[in-house]
Amino acid sequence: MLKIRDLKAGIDGKEILKGINLSVNAGEVHAIMGPNGSGKSTLSMVLAGNPAYEVFDGKVDFCGKDLLDLPPEIRSHEGLFLGFQYPVEIPGVSMVNFMRAAINAKRKYFGLPPMSASEFLKMMREKRSVVELDNNLASRSVNEGFSGGEKKRNEIFQMAVLEPKLAILDETDSGLDIDALRIVANGVNKLKSANNATIVITHYQRLLDYIKPDFVHILYKGKIVMTGGPDLALELEEKGYDWIRNQSEGEE
Amino acid sequence: MNSLTQYIDLFDHHRDLVDKGSCEVMNALRSEALDILKNSELPRKGSENYETIDLPAILAPDFGLNLARLDIDVNSSAPFQCGVPHLSPSIFFFRNDLYAEAANASENLPEGVFVGSLKRFCMEFPIEAKKFYGHIADMRNPIVALNTLFAQDGIVVHVKEGVKCEKPIQIVGILENGMPLMAVRRLLIIAEKDSEIKLLVCDHTQNNETEFLNLIVSEIIAEENSSIEICEMEESSQKTSRLSAAYVAQGRESHVSATGVTLYNGITRNEYHCSFTGPDAHLKLSGMAIEDRQRMIDTYSVVTHTLPGCHTDELFKYVADDEAVATFSGLIKVMKGASKTEAFQNNRNIIGNEGARVYSKPTLEIYDDDVKCSHGSAIGQLDQKQIFYMRTRGLSEEQARFLLKQAFMADVIDGISMPDFRLRLHALVERRFARGERNCNSCKNLCIPND
Repeated sequence: MLKIRDLKAGIDGKEILKGINLSVNAGEVHAIMGPNGSGKSTLSMVLAGNPAYEVFDGKVDFCGKDLLDLPPEIRSHEGLFLGFQYPVEIPGVSMVNFMRAAINAKRKYFGLPPMSASEFLKMMREKRSVVELDNNLASRSVNEGFSGGEKKRNEIFQMAVLEPKLAILDETDSGLDIDALRIVANGVNKLKSANNATIVITHYQRLLDYIKPDFVHILYKGKIVMTGGPDLALELEEKGYDWIRNQSEGEE
Repeated sequence: MNSLTQYIDLFDHHRDLVDKGSCEVMNALRSEALDILKNSELPRKGSENYETIDLPAILAPDFGLNLARLDIDVNSSAPFQCGVPHLSPSIFFFRNDLYAEAANASENLPEGVFVGSLKRFCMEFPIEAKKFYGHIADMRNPIVALNTLFAQDGIVVHVKEGVKCEKPIQIVGILENGMPLMAVRRLLIIAEKDSEIKLLVCDHTQNNETEFLNLIVSEIIAEENSSIEICEMEESSQKTSRLSAAYVAQGRESHVSATGVTLYNGITRNEYHCSFTGPDAHLKLSGMAIEDRQRMIDTYSVVTHTLPGCHTDELFKYVADDEAVATFSGLIKVMKGASKTEAFQNNRNIIGNEGARVYSKPTLEIYDDDVKCSHGSAIGQLDQKQIFYMRTRGLSEEQARFLLKQAFMADVIDGISMPDFRLRLHALVERRFARGERNCNSCKNLCIPND
C-alpha cells in the first residue's frame, strides 16, 4: 500500500528526514515512536502534502501512485488520512458543512453525484457513534472551543466519514485523559479492517495498549533506527530514549 | 474651478424648480447649504479622513438630477429576481430618488407607525418635521451640504411612543437611467420613547452601464429606551458611487444597531456620526464589504461619548481582492464625565492578493479615567494552516478559501437580529464569493454585474 524509499525532507531548507524507508501493507498497524525532534511530525506532514515542507529526495508510492506528485486533496481522495496532532480551529465553518464539502469533493473526484441531504445526515449519525461524538459538536464550528479530547475524537470522526485506506495518526494520544484515550482508540479499532492500514505516531507506549501494532519503528534523528514487534515498544518504555541514543551513537 | 461649481451653477439656475418639487421645510435649509458649498472645497484624496476617496473626482462626471421630478419607468419588481430579499410586508421604494410605495405597504403597518414620503410628512406635520429635519446632520460635512441643497424628497419612519413594530420595514432603492444621474435622498428615522423598529434598506443598480451617484443622508433619532435596528445593503454596479452619511442621536437607555453590507459596488463611502443625548445607551455599528476588481469601500465613523454608562461596539470586516481598496477610519471619543463608558472598536481585513489595498485607522481618544475601551485592527491573509487542514480532508484550495472567506463574514451577519435577512445574507455572501460560478436556480445571476 505505502512504500517510502529513502525519503529526505524538511522545512525552511533544513533537512529533518534523512532517508526514511518504510513499507506498510493492507491490514497492518505500524507504530512510529521517537523522541522530540526526531522527525515524526515532519514525516506525517510530508506524507499529507503540507506545502510548507520540502522534499529533497526519495520516492513514496501509495497504492501504485507517486504520492509526492499529488496535491493534498488528491491524496485524501486516494485514501490517505492525517489525524492532526493539533487539529486546526476554523471559526465560522460548521462541522456539517465541512464534512459535506469533503464528502462531495471526494464523490466528484470519483465521478459520483453529491450525496443527498438525508443520506448525508444518516451517515453523520452513524459515524458520530464511532467516537461517541454528540450532535452538538457536529453542528458547531470546526474544532472551535472543543476541548483537547473533543478535538481528537473529532479527528477520528472525520476519519470514519472519509474511510481512508491509510490513516496516519499523529500523536493522537497527546493531551488525552484515560477515558478519552479509550474512546479514541476504540474508534480506531472499530475502523480497522483487512483492507486498510494505520500508522500510529506516538511518544508513549500507553496508546499501544489500546491500539495493538504489528510493527514498531523507532525514529531517531530523521532515520528509522530500529524496527520490531510490539515488544519493542515495551522495551523502549522500560529503557527510555537514552537507550536509543546510546545505541545509535555507539554505531556511528 | 472645482467639480462642485457645475452643481452650484445648476442650483442657481434652477432653484425654483428644486423648491417647487419639494416642500417648505426642506427648502428652508438650501440657502445655508449653498453658502457653505460656495465657501468650501471638497476634500481631496489624502486630506484628513479622506485617505483613499477623492470627492472632487466622484463629483466630476456631469450627473443629471431629476429636478423636475419626472417619473422614470423603473421596474420595481426587478431587484427581487436578483438577490434583494423580499422580506417585509411593508415595502417602500425609491425609483432613483422618487418616492413610491408598494400596494398595501402603508396598510400593513401597525398603528402608530408612519412610513412615507418626507415631503408629505413635512407638509402634513410641519412642526415635527422642522424639529427633526436637518437637526443632527452637520452641514459642514460636504456630503450633507450637497444633499441638503438638492434633496427634494426622502422617507420618514416615525414610530410613536411605546409602539413596537416587530416586522421589518423594507426600503428598496433602485437606480435606473440611461444617462449619468445623481440620486439625492434623505432618510429620517424617529423612534419615540419605548418604541421599537427594524429597517432593511437595499440599494440596487439596475443599469450597469450608466454612472450613478447615490447621495444619501440619514438622521436617526432614538429617544429614551427605544430600539432601532437598521441594515443597509448595497448591490450596485462598478459605475455607481455612493456617498452616505448617517447621523445618530441616542437618548437614555436606547439601543441602535446599524449594519452596512456592501456586496457589489463601485466607490462607496459610508459615514456614521453618532452621539448620545442620554446616559446608558447602547450603540452597535457593524459592516462587511466584499471588494474586488477596482471597487472601493471607505467607512468613516465618529462616536462621541459625553454622558456616562454608554456602550459602543464596532465591528467592520472587509475582504479585498484584485485591485480593490478598503478603508476603515474610526474614532471613538470619550469625553470627561462619560464615566463607565464601554467602547470597543474592531476592524479585520483579508487581503486576497498583492494588488489589493487595505487602510485601517482605529482611534480612541479618552479623557475620562473610569472607562473600558479597546480597539483592534488586523490585515492579513487567509490562514495557511486552516487551508492545509481543509485540503487534507479533500477540499481543493479554492474551495477552502471560499469557505474561509464566508466564515470570515459570519460574525457580522450573525449580529443582525432579523432572522430571515440573516439567512438570506448568508446565501448572498456565498453567492458573492462564488462570483457567479455557481448557479442559483431562482435567478439568472442578474445581480452579478457584467462589468
